[in-house]
Order: sequence, then C-alpha cells, then structure tokens
Amino acid sequence: MPDGYETVVGLEVHCELSTRTKLFCGCENSFGAAPNSQVCPVCLGLPGSLPVLNRRAVELAIRIGQALGCEIRPSVFHRKNYFYPDMPKDYQISQYDLPVNVNGHLDLPDGSVVGIERAHIEEDTGKSTHIGATGRIKGASHSLVDYNRAGVPLVEIVSAPDIRSAAQARSYVSELRRVLVAAGASDGRMEEGSLRVDANVSVRPDGSTTFGTRCEVKNLNSFRSLVRSIEYESKRQVALLEAGEAILQETRHFDESSGETHSLRSKEEAYDYRYFPEPDLVPLEPDEALLRAAAVGAGLMPGERRRLLWEAIGASLEEHASGALADQIETVIDLELDRLVVDAVAAGADGRLALARAANEAAANPESARSLGAGSFAALLQLESSGSLSATQSKAVLTVLTEEGGDPSEIAARLGFEGLGDAEIEELIDGVVAAHPEEWSRYLEGDGKVAGFLLGRIMRESKGRANGKVVSTKLAERRSRA
Amino acid sequence: MSERGAPGGATSVRGIAAAVRSREATASSVVEETLERISAMDGELHCFHTVMAKEALASARALDATIAAGRDPGPLAGVPVALKDNICTKGTTTSCSSKILENWVPPYDATVVERLRDAGAVVVGKTNLDEFAMGSSTENSAFGPTRNPWDASRVPGGSSGGSAAAVAAGLVPLAYGSDTGGSIRQPASFCGIVGLKPTYGGVSRYGLVAFASSLDQIGPFACTVEDATLGLLAVAGHDPRDSTSIDREVEPLLDSLGGGVGGLRVGLIEEFAADVAPSCSGAARAAADALAAAGAKVGEVSIPEVRHGLPAYYVIAPAEASSNLARYDGVRYGLRVDAGDARTMNLRTRGAGFGAEVRRRIMIGTYALSAGYYDAYYGQAQRVRTLVVRAFERAYEDFDVLLAPMTPSEAFELGAKTANPLDMYVSDLCAVPSNLAGHPAMSVPFALGESGLPVGVQVLAPALREAAMLRAAAALEAAAPPGVRGPVKLAAAPAGAASDGGGE
Repeated sequence: MPDGYETVVGLEVHCELSTRTKLFCGCENSFGAAPNSQVCPVCLGLPGSLPVLNRRAVELAIRIGQALGCEIRPSVFHRKNYFYPDMPKDYQISQYDLPVNVNGHLDLPDGSVVGIERAHIEEDTGKSTHIGATGRIKGASHSLVDYNRAGVPLVEIVSAPDIRSAAQARSYVSELRRVLVAAGASDGRMEEGSLRVDANVSVRPDGSTTFGTRCEVKNLNSFRSLVRSIEYESKRQVALLEAGEAILQETRHFDESSGETHSLRSKEEAYDYRYFPEPDLVPLEPDEALLRAAAVGAGLMPGERRRLLWEAIGASLEEHASGALADQIETVIDLELDRLVVDAVAAGADGRLALARAANEAAANPESARSLGAGSFAALLQLESSGSLSATQSKAVLTVLTEEGGDPSEIAARLGFEGLGDAEIEELIDGVVAAHPEEWSRYLEGDGKVAGFLLGRIMRESKGRANGKVVSTKLAERRSRA
Repeated sequence: MSERGAPGGATSVRGIAAAVRSREATASSVVEETLERISAMDGELHCFHTVMAKEALASARALDATIAAGRDPGPLAGVPVALKDNICTKGTTTSCSSKILENWVPPYDATVVERLRDAGAVVVGKTNLDEFAMGSSTENSAFGPTRNPWDASRVPGGSSGGSAAAVAAGLVPLAYGSDTGGSIRQPASFCGIVGLKPTYGGVSRYGLVAFASSLDQIGPFACTVEDATLGLLAVAGHDPRDSTSIDREVEPLLDSLGGGVGGLRVGLIEEFAADVAPSCSGAARAAADALAAAGAKVGEVSIPEVRHGLPAYYVIAPAEASSNLARYDGVRYGLRVDAGDARTMNLRTRGAGFGAEVRRRIMIGTYALSAGYYDAYYGQAQRVRTLVVRAFERAYEDFDVLLAPMTPSEAFELGAKTANPLDMYVSDLCAVPSNLAGHPAMSVPFALGESGLPVGVQVLAPALREAAMLRAAAALEAAAPPGVRGPVKLAAAPAGAASDGGGE
C-alpha cells in the first residue's frame, strides 16, 4: 500500500451450500456432471413451473448465521430482475431488504474482528462457456450454457467495510471458509466455485474517517486473485487520487493473466434490478424447531478449535503473537488434525511435540492421519519424549503408523529402532574413542566442534539404531568424569 | 336443462360421468361425439387452438378398458374437458396464444391436468385466450379471436374466452380457465355459464403459465353450479409443488348445493351500481331480491375501497407480469430471432414474439418497479391491496357472502374496445377486488340484457368459504329466469347462426 493511504475492503462471499438437492427443486446438487443432466422444469424456469424452498438449505443458511453470531430473523424472498442467458427465469430469487441473517461478526486469528452485515439465501445461475479464441464473451463465435448449476443454493455473506488490507482480506476469506466447512454448510472448494468472492475496494488518506468511492471487483476465484486484485485496485485508485482524478464508482473485472482490473460497467450503467417480493414463495419465518434443527450437526468453529489447541500446548500469550506456533495451529486446523493433537495431549503426549508432528509429518498424508488413533499417536510421542526413539526414528515410525496402523513400539522394533541398550551404546562409544584418540582429546579439552564428528561416527556405527540424544548425553557424562 | 346429444342422453358433467361409470355409455363414444361436435362447430367460433383427437380417443379407450376390467375410472369418468392454452399439457403445444410460445411443447403436465386424468376426465383440447391471459375479450390472441356462441359478432369475454365459449356452445360440458382479474368470471357472464374462481391457493398453479403470480388462479366453467362444483372438486386441494397452495382438506362442497340460503347473510355491494349498465346492476339487485325470497337475510353494504381495486390491479398485475415474462428471451425455448449477440437476440425475439398488449403491460410493469418509482406505484398499489382486504374483512363481519354485478356491460362487439386499452381494462372493474383479496368469487347466469345476451351476477365469499358461495349460487340458479344460460343451441355450420340463446 502506498504511503499515506489506507485501503478499505468489504467482501461479498458466495458460498454454495452442500445440500443434496437444489434450492427450489429436487435436482441433484453436485459438481462435475455432464452438462444439462441435472435439470428439470423448475430449475430451467420453464413456463408454469414453481419454486419450492429446500428446507435443508434453509437449515444450513441459518447454521451459517449461527456460526457468525448473526441475528436470525423472519425473511422474505425477492426477485432480482435482469436479463442474462445463463439465468433461466431472467430473474434470480434472492433476499433483499429482509435477509435471514443480519448483524454478525467473524473473529480472525490475529484477533481482529470483521462485521458481517448480512448472510442471505439465493439461487445460483447456470454457467456460460464462450466458444472462440479468448474464452471471453468478446469475440466468441457462440456460447454454450450449462444449467446444472442453476438453482444451486447459495448463501451470500456480506462483510462490513472493516477490512484494511489484502492480507486481512485473505485471512477473512480463509477463516470464513473454515467456519463454513466446520458448519457443514460447504465443501469450501474454491477451485470448483463453491466459494466465490467479490471485493468492494476503496482507498482513503490515512486518518480519514469517511470512505472513498468504491469499486466492486468481480471474478476472484482464488486466494491469489483476491490478494492481487485488491493490491492492484488500491494502487490504481491511489494513483488516480495522486493525479488529482476522481474515482468512478463502477464494477470491475479482474483479469488473472494480466493481474489488472478492467471496467465492466459504471454506476450509470448499473442494472436496475427492480426487486419485488417473490409471489411464488411464502415468507420464511424460522421458529424454535427450525433454529434447533439448524444447529444440530454443526462442528466446532475454528475459533474454538484454536483455543483448545493453545490450551493443549500450554502456550504463553507472547507465543500466541510470535507466529511460529500459530502457523502450525492453522495448518492442523485446515487439515482437520486439531482433534488428533488435542486428544493425544489428553492421552499424555507433549503438546508442542504433538502439534509439530501433526503440522509437519502427519500433514504429509492428512487423509490417513485423520483416522490415526489419538492413543497410538500419543504412545509414539511418549517414546520420542523419553528418548527411546530419536526424532528421526519417531518420524519413520509415524509414517508407518499413519499408513498401516498398529502399535508404535512394535513398529519401532520391526524397523530395528529398539535393542540398543546402555551397554551396547557404551561399547560403541569405546570403539569410536579408541579409533579416534586425537579427536577424543580435543573433545575432552572442550572443543565443541568435534562433538558432532564423534556423534556422527557413533551413529554410523550403530546403523542409525542409537538414539542421538542418549549418545550425546553419554558423551557429555564421560567428559565431565574425565 | 335438457340432456341431449350425447350417447346415453347426458350432456352434464354429472350425467356423463354417471352414464360412463354405469356403462350406459362408453367414454369412447362420448369423446367421439365431442370431437365431431367440435369439428362441426368450432370453425366459426374458434374456441380451440388444438384439438387433441388422438390423445383423447386413446385416453377414452384406456378408460373403457379400466371400466371393463372392473376398476374405478374416477368421479369424472369420460367427461370431456377443455383447457385454456396456458395450462401445461405434456406433449401438447401450450401456446398462451402467443407467437413466442407458438410451438412450445411442455415436457410436463400441470397439476390440474394430472388430477383431471386421475379423475377420469378426458382432455380434448386447448382453448383460445388473450395472449398470456392479458385481455378481456380474447381479441389479444396471436391466432385470432374467439366468437361468442350467443352472437358471433360479439366477444366471449376474456381472457379465458375459448374455454367459456366452448362450454356455452355445448362443445364440452366442462372447461378450465385462469382468473387473474376476472378472466374466468367475466367470460362466464358474457357467455351465460357458471365460472368459478376459487380461493387463492385452493387449486395448484403448478403448470399454469404465470401472468401475475399473486393473483392467478385456475377454475372451472360449466353450465350449472353443480357441474362447476364437480369441476372444482376434481382439481382442488393441496399441492406440494405450489408453495402458495393451501394445505387443508377440501370440503365436501356438493352437500352445500342443496342447503338453501335460509339464514344466509347476503350483502349487495353498493359501489358498482353507478359504474355499470342498468342490465348488470339490475341483475345484481334482482339476484338479491331472489335470495331474500328464498330465505336469506339480505342487506346492502358499502365497500368504497373496491373502487380502488382496478388501478391497484393494473399496477400489480403488470409488475408481476414484467418479471414472469422475462424468461421468454429466445435462449432456451419458444421463438428465437437470431442476432449477433445475446442482447440483440433477446430484444428482437421479444419484439417479434409479443403482441401489443403484452408489450404494453411489460412496459407498465417494468416502470412501476423501477428504482425511484417503486414506492409510488408498486408500493402504493400493495397498500391499496391491503385496504381492499381489510374492507372485505369488515364487510364479512356482517355478511356470509356478497353480491355484485359481474361486468359493466353485456358482451360487446368485436373491435369495440380494441382501440382504447383503458376501455378494455374497465371490463375488469367488478372482478379484480376478489383477486386482490385472494377470495373466491363466481359468476352465475341470472338475466338477459337488452340485446338478448346473458348477464351474470357475481357471488363473493371470504377465503375458503366456497361452501357458502355455492349455496347462494345454487339458489340463484334455481331462481334464474329461463333462457339465461348455455348451452346455446347452435346450427352446425353457417356463420351468425348462434344469435338466439337459451338452453333450457
């Protein structure tokens, strides 16, 4: 961000709900089927067809509202009228001035809080593919439309303009994604379009309390696009201000290949959506039973999971801020390995070791790691903590344990990591000392550099079966006795 | 009513069903006879867009097989029915009298069509209407007008003019239309038959091509109150595919018909008298007198708000229509006029596909919903709608049913009102308050006007009180002078032969 300016961002995140069927009909809601194979008179908007609201979609939408601390209110569906070939009825059934969820907030991992203005239910459109050189509509010879996505339930989550940087925007979307996945409302797959983001970006001089003119940037289908577009857009707007020019309120398209945004339409060209209450649906009035049904089945929210992890590893407040542990915590939460860590600590494992092994080693194969028993994970970590296994050995055992399951001690034995008792280690040390008298003398005289050499020799002689920590301890003991 | 023409002698819904169920007649013979009648008489009247001869005969044969096998063929066994051509029929063109849907064949049946088939009725064809049900004379059809069987120089009313004329001409004993602002009741009045708009939500709208969703309701046409009731019962009841459908058991309405009106509190609405022809207001007053004579407690009631119904209706209905008709964009079905880009293709398709009245209403509705105008038009109209509902509520504190004129005039001549849309809109004056309120209302033939044409009287009731409405309607039917109702005796071919009505 150029000096002297602040970026202000509000995000609109469209989340496809992971219901079995579409919002207003019984067609399957799934990604990747043959084009126009999941359609019926209702989602094709054929004359005479009528929408019937999917109760499950309402439950998931309310669950999102609950997860974001929203007020859940009686709401009304509206028609949003505009012509577009991939929109079968040429209006979208959405919610307008009476959305189901309002006034919530999302707490980000860094402690900042972003307000949620609303999270409303609406239907998705179909998908156009433009056939021709560029893949864009301009210059295409013709377009094909797939209506499988038409009528898929969406919740549009609109943040307050509380976001102040591209990085914070990224953090907001990734935390929101975690919340949506934890709620069981979405699969969170951005690459399949399950989450789509529009960004309202403006800039203002530092210290200003009023908002600048905003531009809405569309087509942000990845975290990378989100960050790049906000950075580009702030720079563009600051450059305009610096040049004494006005920023025009408009809708802009982010071009992934150039990394630039381009004007789609100005405020004057903006659609007049002619919203009016959808007469084919009745008002949605959530009662206690619906609110309870919505809450059933929601998982733990990331904030709570984070708190449990910090508690499990017993970190100080300073460490919270330092970042290293926080990164590991985010990794295990994203890979859904946090439960494993918390349970392993409860079973007696060292918290930080459990976190590190989960965030680094188990993370290599998260699918299998999620089915790893917390008890055997804890048992393995205890072998490592007690020095029975070296870190290298422990990681090797973990790999086998994750892939095949079993008992950590038996796996260690099978890999030959056990059996070097104290006597055998002492014997190995004797041999290496005898073979390298010069180095041994220097070690005794306090030459720290040679310690590594000796340790390496002993480990090599042991063919990796000795525990390095134990060997080091024994070497140090001999020196102190000498 | 004389029972003539059909095998077994029956022409009424009840009579045909009874004859077919008892094997006095076969469904096939009834349908064959119906098809012959249509083929002989419809050339001049133009009630039908599509006559489904092949499908109807196949259905009839299947029914006869069902009966032969000793299975129940349903309460309307073998009854030929006609459907307004805005009710979706799987495999049969549903044009809405519009060029934009001229060749559109729905892949599904409307709920009412399923229910009629389940009841044993045989769909014999699709009838003419004003394009997308927008009109009051059936002259706004892209495929030519329908003529009134009582006088071929007159309109049958609209928008369900084809269905009304088909019943009035005796082509079918039962037909269905849709009523958004009088489109069943007004043509029923013009054609001297019974037309019934049920409570909003009483009959499923699934498969009815939408005009104004918050007002549209499907209902029956028949020559008698009893047949109209049978027609209503066959299609009424909750449908999970229509969210606005009322989830409630349908009353056994047939029992009400013989109930008489003793003690029934009947209110004659004062307001319309000044706005309608003397024959129409006179018919309503005569009806009130007849009910009083039959034992009803009759009084007059002033409901000033009903006179604001028409302007509110002509904002709300076009507003909803502008949205409902957006989907005819040339992309997926119906007419397409190709162009270099999608936007131009949309514009050309809609320009070529919609008639003048439809385009007019789309423009009115679009304007009424536009930013900056919404509150002054659509918002205001909705507030008026609420006032009309409350005014009815107050009136129904004192009355069980209300009476009113049905139309401002008798059937007018073709072309009489086509030059001035507002003249045409006024035809709906007495009808629209019931649509705005979602209440049931029906037209019962009760008089002949100066020109010898039938004049209906409107019976109104609160939501879901069809039973009370039908009690009053049955009593009116019994009290009506002879010759006021169809079917009209028609000569089989020559033009203009249908001028001396009277079916008794």
